[in-house]
Amino acid sequence: MPKPEKTKYSRPILEFEKPLLELYEKREKLAQIQETGKMEMTEEIKQLDKRIEVTRQQIFSGLTPTQIVQVARFIARPNTLDYIGMIFEDFIELHGDRNFADDPALVCGIANLNGRSVVVMGHNKGHSTKENLARNFGMANPEGYRKALRVMRLAERYDKPIISFVDTPGAYPGLGAEERGQAEAIAKNLREMAELTVPFVSIITGEGGSGGALGIAMGNRVLMMEFSIYSVISPSGCASILFRDAARADEAAVAMKITAKDLLELGVIDDIIKEPQGGAHNDPELSAKNIKSAILKQLEPLLPLSHRELIADRYNKFRKMGIFNE
Amino acid sequence: MSIHDWFKRKKLQKEAEYTRERLDIPGNLWIKCYKCNQTIYNKDLEANLKVCPKCGYHFKLGSAERVRQVSDNGSFKEIDQHLTSKDFLNFTDTKSYAGRIKDSILKTGLNDAIITGTAKIGTYDVALGIMDFSFMGGSMGSVVGEKFTRLVELAVEKKIPVIVFSTSGGARMQESIMSLMQMAKTSAALGRLRENGLPYISVMTDPTSGGVSASFAMLGDINIAEPAALVAFAGPRVIEQTIRQKLPPGFQRSEYLLEHGMLDIVCERQKLKDTLTKILRFFKD
Ligand SMILES: [Zn+2]
Repeated sequence: MPKPEKTKYSRPILEFEKPLLELYEKREKLAQIQETGKMEMTEEIKQLDKRIEVTRQQIFSGLTPTQIVQVARFIARPNTLDYIGMIFEDFIELHGDRNFADDPALVCGIANLNGRSVVVMGHNKGHSTKENLARNFGMANPEGYRKALRVMRLAERYDKPIISFVDTPGAYPGLGAEERGQAEAIAKNLREMAELTVPFVSIITGEGGSGGALGIAMGNRVLMMEFSIYSVISPSGCASILFRDAARADEAAVAMKITAKDLLELGVIDDIIKEPQGGAHNDPELSAKNIKSAILKQLEPLLPLSHRELIADRYNKFRKMGIFNE
Repeated sequence: MSIHDWFKRKKLQKEAEYTRERLDIPGNLWIKCYKCNQTIYNKDLEANLKVCPKCGYHFKLGSAERVRQVSDNGSFKEIDQHLTSKDFLNFTDTKSYAGRIKDSILKTGLNDAIITGTAKIGTYDVALGIMDFSFMGGSMGSVVGEKFTRLVELAVEKKIPVIVFSTSGGARMQESIMSLMQMAKTSAALGRLRENGLPYISVMTDPTSGGVSASFAMLGDINIAEPAALVAFAGPRVIEQTIRQKLPPGFQRSEYLLEHGMLDIVCERQKLKDTLTKILRFFKD
């Protein structure tokens, strides 16, 4: 029987995962004893692993929208560059909008997916404060959106599919961003994405924050990870504007219907990508594997479509969005 | 209208009057300019297209007034007037969305935050859309997105240019993700308009921000704004909170956007119809 790994559990956990902490620590202790060779603990570890699994299952099967927001934003959650590394081969990052700057909050590049050349892009958050400062917490400036458009056009010129990963609190609301036309940069991307002649799949991996998310998310197919969110405003933003009280973010999170399940029901997304037990951060490799097979599955029926069919497919998808009284 | 609605409407109208009085605007006869504080005879203000004759401040215009100002007399034919918003999420904040919709309809006499139709401007046929800030702050929900998109599709069918006057606080949050999707829908429609070789003129009026500025408002072949209009992605308060410093004067106003290359023209209201006519002539001849 293969020995259980030993220090798998020394890692950050979420507030509501606390019931697991004690079990994780206990397991680590058993593994240490096992390591010294003084006592045989394999059976105990196996038992404990089962308990961990059951507990985790219980916690994650009943998450509230607010808890899902916490998972979606968790600093240990795999980011775009993590996923790119696990899903694609030969990734080469392409920098700059050829106009003003390179935006590290939104990464773009060329890569290979199962033998097929593709263009990939995504907002990239950091795993530490330092990384987040360098990446502006995944909040892109206009240059990010303009770089994304430049690389989308590259994909179009050479007939390569586009995969986008969405994970941003929103487009950056800064002075320079306004000065350089944040609104125009996003608006233009929306119009141009609608007209792309190549297959395009978008995946909300963590936080789909408003226009800043949509700015690279007009795929022929739009998927969401099980514990991701997609929303027009953050729950706390909504609470402070509509509920006149930022502290009512929990209520706002429920009212706004921002989870993958809600958005599938509303017809805004096409499918949900299952996450490993305990969320993507609990098993990034498996999470990446799930994303990869979802991309392949969604791309397949798009590949034979003509340029005109791809545009029509995308137009019809977004044309249907809206609920009103006629 | 039920008797209940009639009373409610009276009540809301009374509230509006009260607000006016609080703002020190004595009735409908005299108006105090928000900018220069001078008292203006209302008739003079109307005659001057609701621009302060003393300081040039552009008062907000209702959509009906805008139609009268820019389109040839009696040429506007409204379409899709019957579309109304739906509270499909049963969204309740301090008040239910269903209630807000109903009150806004009663208070404004409009069915939502945009009116659309065909019109003639300087004898040229156009598809004309005009947003109205008085209806829930001009926020864009499914109805605004749908009416805009149908307007553009009608223009493609009739092979005529599109002119839209924007004014909006942003997305209609009570429709959550569906309001965000209207940005995609309207922008895609404009892509189709362009593919068909038809022009789109966007006129931004005070204020145009959020989801509307980051979609159809900024996508004009020609982008026009009225003087001193706030045109922004994120509002000034949000930015101040983010960067924790005071913003420079004139930041995010039309003149600032013109200087930073985001607009073609800042156009005074008195010259607007003439300017639009000349632009339409350029595209037509
Ligand atoms: Zn004045």
